[in-house]
Amino acid sequence: MNKHEFTVIGRPLPKIDAWAKVVGETRYADDLVMARMAHGKLLRSTHPHALIKLIDTSRARALPGVYAVITGADLPRVKFGILPVSQDEEALCNERVRMVGDAVAAVAAQDEETAEAACRLIEVEYEPLPALMSIEESLGHPEVRIHEYGDGPNVHKNVALQFGDVEAAFARADLVREDVFFYEGNTHLPMEQHAAVAQWGADGKLTLWSSTQTPHYVHRLLAKILDVPPAHIRVIATPVGGGFGGKLDPFAHEIAACKLSQLTGRPVKITLTREEVFYVHRGRHPVLMWLKTGFTRDGEITGSHIKTWLDGGAYGSYGVASTFYTGVINPVTYKMPVYKFEGARVFTNKPPCGPKRGHGTPQPRFALEVQIDKAAEQLGLDPAEMRRRIVCEPFTKTANHLTVTTIGLGECIDKVVEASGWRDKWRGWQPPARRRGPKRRGVGVACSAYMTGAGTAIYWNSMPHSGVVLRADRSGGVSVLCGATDIGQGSDSILAYLPAEVLGLDPKDVHVHPADTTLTPVDLGSYSSRVTLMCGMAAIQAAERLRAVMSRAVARKLEVAAERLVFRDRKVGVPDDWEKAVPFSQAVELAEAMHGVLAFPGSYAPPKRAGKYKGGGVGPSPCYSYSACVVELTVDEETGEVELHDVWIGHDIGRALNPLLVEGQVEGSVYMGIGEALMEAQVFRKGLHKHPSLLEYKSPTTLETPEIHTILIETDDPEGPFGAKEAGQGPLLPVLPAIANAVYNAVGVRVDEVPIVPEKILKGLELKRQGKTPRVGPERIPLFKFKEPLVVESAFGQPADAIAVRPFADQDTSR
Amino acid sequence: MKVRMALTVNGESRDVLAPVHKTLLEVLREDLGLTGTKHGCELGECGTCTVLVDGEPVLSCLALPIAIEGRQITTVEGMAEGGKLHPLQQAFAELGAAQCGYCTPGILLTAQALLDETPTPTRDEIKEALAGNLCRCTGYTKILDAVELASMRMGARK
Repeated sequence: MNKHEFTVIGRPLPKIDAWAKVVGETRYADDLVMARMAHGKLLRSTHPHALIKLIDTSRARALPGVYAVITGADLPRVKFGILPVSQDEEALCNERVRMVGDAVAAVAAQDEETAEAACRLIEVEYEPLPALMSIEESLGHPEVRIHEYGDGPNVHKNVALQFGDVEAAFARADLVREDVFFYEGNTHLPMEQHAAVAQWGADGKLTLWSSTQTPHYVHRLLAKILDVPPAHIRVIATPVGGGFGGKLDPFAHEIAACKLSQLTGRPVKITLTREEVFYVHRGRHPVLMWLKTGFTRDGEITGSHIKTWLDGGAYGSYGVASTFYTGVINPVTYKMPVYKFEGARVFTNKPPCGPKRGHGTPQPRFALEVQIDKAAEQLGLDPAEMRRRIVCEPFTKTANHLTVTTIGLGECIDKVVEASGWRDKWRGWQPPARRRGPKRRGVGVACSAYMTGAGTAIYWNSMPHSGVVLRADRSGGVSVLCGATDIGQGSDSILAYLPAEVLGLDPKDVHVHPADTTLTPVDLGSYSSRVTLMCGMAAIQAAERLRAVMSRAVARKLEVAAERLVFRDRKVGVPDDWEKAVPFSQAVELAEAMHGVLAFPGSYAPPKRAGKYKGGGVGPSPCYSYSACVVELTVDEETGEVELHDVWIGHDIGRALNPLLVEGQVEGSVYMGIGEALMEAQVFRKGLHKHPSLLEYKSPTTLETPEIHTILIETDDPEGPFGAKEAGQGPLLPVLPAIANAVYNAVGVRVDEVPIVPEKILKGLELKRQGKTPRVGPERIPLFKFKEPLVVESAFGQPADAIAVRPFADQDTSR
Repeated sequence: MKVRMALTVNGESRDVLAPVHKTLLEVLREDLGLTGTKHGCELGECGTCTVLVDGEPVLSCLALPIAIEGRQITTVEGMAEGGKLHPLQQAFAELGAAQCGYCTPGILLTAQALLDETPTPTRDEIKEALAGNLCRCTGYTKILDAVELASMRMGARK
């Protein structure tokens, strides 16, 4: 299908929920109000690591207006976690707290104020344990164990994979670089605080409305945690006021609200405060990285070896996946024939880290792209041209056995080089010219790749990753039921656009019912940039099945061959005899008379491409998006301040189903990358978050956000719905290294860690004045023994696995 | 201690009986059912809860209703007139300026105050006016574009 033949796809349409959002009609979780509703609060630990000796709730229970008070003793004694391999959390801690912010009790009362007052009346006696607040402390104190499980004392996960002989690759290189980098942790900071309302009915059935990105996983885990049959639990994800990965785990407040509702016989709402959101976290892991890469004289990579140490915080969360992601995606961007990855995630007594936009990949991307910049300087190469030359070959495999399909990275680089005026602005590698005044201008470039959906679910199964039920009714409208959760990215709209395209309808004719575990088929959740591709493919399949039945009915009525019929402008007919075309609503009636109720399923599961080695399940994706970024900025040599002027970003989107929404995702990703590059930091002092408020935790406002110029490249990927790939995460990745490289271009200082705050630039300038190497960043790596690597042959350059072969695909329909 | 307050919200007179320390944000959301006004921090840091009082942006999480009795309070629910959207609402919907939509009401009202005062602001003036409203989704680009589009349309209409 050619682009100009589309009627819905490719048009900058408003989102279907845009109107409700601009008039204040959208009901987020905290906007829900129910008759007799009680308000809940959690009491949280004030110690980073302690044994709980006693919890006395008697005074709280006696407070007028309090309906119920619970502790861990009131819940089934079962630990849980989002990943089957990391079942290490308790909703309300029983014997031990492992971080400030761990919940130990919960209250339901007639209003929030009473609930808060009751929490203050709960007495908890703690016996403090040594708190381990950094990777070094945790590795240096094996006698203090945060958890009893894992790959060693305080080591949650230890992985090592090797694809080919890296030492031989370094031996044949003209230049081998070893660098150490650090990427500070930061948090999602969605504007909406997490909230949930639970209603445990008198019939023994539980409904939970929650601002969650993954109602299906919450559904499964609630059944386990509360020891209730899953068939009696319904989870509804309310419209999510920003997620970015921060609403992907089951949380204590959701579980407590359920239990409190059961005990009180009332709906119970718990809304977190902003401070609690900082402690709930699950955000970007702080990662220390050692990276060694060999380059030829022309800038080709002969091989690369990365070691990563992740500061995981107090619980597992998605951490095992995060650990793999610090290693597995780097080879997707450039030709990297040989690759070795060693990674370790370490427990500390801080809020757990987890998935944040880019999940584990922005950190190694920062390291690789800054190292490439350094190599380009040593080799005397233009860093944009160098990258252009080493882009991966489409439809091949990487060293670590990932199949890549379309690659628009070359074009992305060309476009941002052209749009930014790179060739005029980048003045080669000579040191910045002496100028009057303290302001120095610089440009930097970097690239990246990201997956369009994880190839495997978080629990092992062979079922669809996304499902749709599509129903046509006699009004001429179509209803789409799908478990996908709209977190602002526009998944509800995608579920309207794609069936509308297939059926010749206006998106307004399509009614979308999302994210309700009782009514909608499972979609795994809004993470890993999977939703547009996976629910999109399911929606197309369901719509095509409806179209096939309607075509047969209309063909019989018009006495034409079904294959000649087209669906457009709410009609079904033969193009060269369009006056006889049947209105869509009448076509539905004809089809319903012939077929019965018109309800059709659509299912999608990604192609099975996991590498045939242990750990090969993390990294495969139906297809990968690519981004290239040029940043222009000014550094003030007196203050160390960075002012961003422009960001040019080229993004290979496969196909822009709605360019307006894609641009919005790209711009939002760039913005979030800027915050992480220059200011955002989730840091702790004596177990406490240093700045758990929106004022002190710095994030970019309109004034710090530069003009963002988005250029979309379409490669029409055979794996995506109408050729589309992801946009919500990948464009964040190149922004940080492009900024670091531009800072170097401006003032000749290498800041090998983020955030690049003014103090670090000033320190680098001072080193320069002293005639020392003007580099600021980590100097050491921990003493740590990685596992013996699993050695696998490199699959680099092999042809891709079969394309567009998917489970549940109709064999007879080809698009 | 509960007090009786006579508020004027979106042109309507509303009597409220509420504790005197309850913020305007809480009274709007909990006593008047106007949940279009959102909260992001309840400490006056993020701009999410912005409403207009006599046309001026005010952080409702820091305002006490008793102090603004008799003044005109406008929330996002009061922006559309007679079912017709304010040009800002129209432009925000059309240009994708609302992603998750949570910061949108506060930004719309701040922008309305700007356009009432400065009908054709420059992009820098828009940035300055919205600098107290955090948005984590959009990178602000589409928001600035939408304010510009609304300003243009409102100018053309006059």
